[in-house]
Amino acid sequence: MESARDPAPFRPYQPGTQPPYDAAAYGSTHKRHPLENLIRLPHAITETTGPQFSPAHFPPIRDLSVLNGKAALGERIIVHGRITDEDSRPVPHTIVEIWQANASGRYQHPGDQHDAPLDPNFRGEGRVFTDDDGWYRFTSIKPGAYPWRNHHNAWRPNHIHFSFFGSGFAQRLITQMYFPGDPLLELDPIFLSIPDEAARNRLICKLDMSVTEPEWALGYRFDIVLRGRGATPMEG
Amino acid sequence: MPAATSGQTIGPFWHLIEHPEWADLTRFGAAGERVTLTGSVIDGDGNPVTDAAVELWQADPPADDRFPAFGRCRTDERGEFHFTTLKPGPVPGRGNAQQAPHFAITVHARGLLKGLVTRAYFADDARNETDSLLSSIEDPKRRGTLIAQPDGSKRWRIDIRLQRGPQGETETVFLGV
Repeated sequence: MESARDPAPFRPYQPGTQPPYDAAAYGSTHKRHPLENLIRLPHAITETTGPQFSPAHFPPIRDLSVLNGKAALGERIIVHGRITDEDSRPVPHTIVEIWQANASGRYQHPGDQHDAPLDPNFRGEGRVFTDDDGWYRFTSIKPGAYPWRNHHNAWRPNHIHFSFFGSGFAQRLITQMYFPGDPLLELDPIFLSIPDEAARNRLICKLDMSVTEPEWALGYRFDIVLRGRGATPMEG
Repeated sequence: MPAATSGQTIGPFWHLIEHPEWADLTRFGAAGERVTLTGSVIDGDGNPVTDAAVELWQADPPADDRFPAFGRCRTDERGEFHFTTLKPGPVPGRGNAQQAPHFAITVHARGLLKGLVTRAYFADDARNETDSLLSSIEDPKRRGTLIAQPDGSKRWRIDIRLQRGPQGETETVFLGV
């Protein structure tokens, strides 16, 4: 029985906008995807509430392009955007986690054995918070493309990893931002795993001259939409 | 209406945002009954998943300045994760139901294009009998995949099997949220 006191659930994802667990062209999914059906869980407090991060406990890292006062190699970029929900309401004061490869396409990570140089002035972790109106912004360098072993001569397009929490556990989102005009996108099984073309293309940021700083850095805009809260419970 | 942004895999290099202390949810001085939750993440070949990010969220006790109620832990070379947190109590379900005490757990990893959500309840808690999620799962083996077992004093253990195993080992129940 439903009760008027029940929290408003998050709406189901729109069809085709989310990748499947089982994506044949992405080899690592083969032994990691469930064979059984997921069990639909009506949202209650565990799903409708979520962690809140305070900058006091989780200090921001707003500039990935400088480490210990020394500039990283590569093309300096500014990335900004707005986080809203499906009802176009801004998501204020929420944490945004960022990680990426360096300009050569190498991660500062022991598991990355790609034969490309590490940069002593680049680590590749960022953390920012949205403002009162849902806007975030950070400075970095454009990450390089890199090979991976999914298939013969496989290369990941340039991308930055993002992690969002929103205001409820069921809004959790981990994704990747891509760059406009990258010819590797049409060859990438991870990007192509999203069935809906318009949805996938929303993962491509846009050049934004309004934040591009003359004689300093190109600006890109990457907006994020988190699930909205529906008026009626999800179907069981 | 704009659609929610698409997810993509966390990939194998997410440890750039790893801070091992996040696995200890009591690190800001939370008061309450401390428990540990351990387990391993296993793939469909029965091999440990050694590059996963396991995230834990609990609605009880409620988060505050001293208790984030959220943690993240890497799996190690044996696929094992280890959280220290406070034992949750029951929380409201939909309608007038109560849900048995549980943790929400999400696994993110290379090969998972979006996180897999599951739960850990506590064995021998009588409230499990009336929990709406547990009651809805008829197969006792499958239901059992959501129940952490005691593993010493105030220690609980739950293994997460992403896919039915090579000998037919039961796949963990994952939730569509």
